[in-house]
Amino acid sequence: MIAPLFYIFAGLAIVAGLSVVLQRTPVYSALSLILVLCTLAVIYLLLGAEFLAVVQVIVYAGAIMVLFVFVIMLLNARQEAPTDRSRFARRLGLPLLALFLAEILFVVLDYFSGAVFAPGQAFDAGPHAVGSLLFRNYVLPFEVTSILILVAVMGAVVLAKKQL
Amino acid sequence: MATLSDLPLLVLATLAKVVVVLVVLLTAIAYIVWMERKVVARIQSRWGPYLVGPHGLLQPVADGLKFLFKEDIVPDKVDRPIFWLAPFLAFTLAFLSISVIPFGESVTIAGHTIPFQITDLNVGLLFVLAVTSLGVYGVALAGWSSNSKFPLFGGLRSSAQLISYELSLGLAVVGVVMIAGSLSLREIVEQQRGLWNIVKQPIGFLLYFTAAIAETNRTPFDLPEAESELVGGYHTEYSSFKFAMFFMAEYANMVTVSCLATSLFFGGWLGPVFGPPLLRAILPVLWFALKVLAFLFVYIWIRGTLPRFRYDQLMSFGWRFMLPVALLNVLGTSLILAWRSV
Repeated sequence: MIAPLFYIFAGLAIVAGLSVVLQRTPVYSALSLILVLCTLAVIYLLLGAEFLAVVQVIVYAGAIMVLFVFVIMLLNARQEAPTDRSRFARRLGLPLLALFLAEILFVVLDYFSGAVFAPGQAFDAGPHAVGSLLFRNYVLPFEVTSILILVAVMGAVVLAKKQL
Repeated sequence: MATLSDLPLLVLATLAKVVVVLVVLLTAIAYIVWMERKVVARIQSRWGPYLVGPHGLLQPVADGLKFLFKEDIVPDKVDRPIFWLAPFLAFTLAFLSISVIPFGESVTIAGHTIPFQITDLNVGLLFVLAVTSLGVYGVALAGWSSNSKFPLFGGLRSSAQLISYELSLGLAVVGVVMIAGSLSLREIVEQQRGLWNIVKQPIGFLLYFTAAIAETNRTPFDLPEAESELVGGYHTEYSSFKFAMFFMAEYANMVTVSCLATSLFFGGWLGPVFGPPLLRAILPVLWFALKVLAFLFVYIWIRGTLPRFRYDQLMSFGWRFMLPVALLNVLGTSLILAWRSV
């Protein structure tokens, strides 16, 4: 029951991901990205991580991507003019991509050495479990991240408003 | 516990519930529109709809038919796929969030307990917030794809407004979640036996209701569709049934927000239950419906009473007043809870 659903949504995620890159109209790219994020949320759901799935939708699809779409609308960006691709991208693009994919593959294989990945495995990813992990085991990274975000917000305000 | 042999029955029960809820919701929306016209007319010393049926009761039917038979105009140079997608998105998302709202306790039919709720997610409250946060795309994309300045401004305004008030909306309900220790709406309602949350979280409720009015684009926060400056706002270029879908989505959102307010702060379906078994099963649903109706009335009452905010007032109110108060409310609630648990 779960495996076919996984393949359907994983396939959809890949197609939508390609569409992010290949679309010429910025709004279509942004919409494809929203689709990618939503299919990822479904995959989290299939793993039994309801909390993570819902937070993914709220934060990424519901907040960050709204800002993307907002900016695209504000600039009223229509069709992108095709540019002559840079020499750097033409020569190094594919090798760098291959390197990146190999790296991911290496990490994944290393992590799951021997263990068979089975969707639907029972593990606790509820709000309680995530909360106590965040605020007990990972409280320092959590606080550091929040300070980083605060710095970024302040930087954005300073850049946008030269005189306050 | 559900076993495999129960599966057909479960699917059947869920399907039946979905159909019932959809039919009830659509009918309710039609008659909320009627109620709104009647109440606003009363406030303004008019009659309101009176000609179609007794007291204009068949007016919604006439309006629905009119929407169906009107010409569906698609202006030239709109972005067609997105112009089509936007009303569907708005409509679907508006109806999706009702699926986690508990309407009543449960009934036992042939040994199976069937709750008055389509599905009880353990993150139900967050699910509603997630679906609401996606709802902005319907409005924003409609504004953008129309390729016309008034809808674009409507869409931009509504995106900015929804992002601003979503934060306060989310933070306003955190107090309730902390008190209940759960995100499941059913558990939140159950926990209010004895004392409703409105007593423990009055500030949270006021914040929630204000932010919810802004989220549903209602007066005094209905800037995305300010007729005097934006013609019709994001749906200016829409006609016929596509317009009807936006219209129904707005009212469905109102119903959802009222249902959520009832469940979070006013004890959901809780109320005096007495009498024979059949009455016992129906009374909670009745209490729930009455509470939701009261909220919808307040919505209409506010619309008939208050003028519209100016755009900069709306923004500074959201960021400089609502958000800090919501944060303080979360802080205060958590301090009191921590004090008690020591």
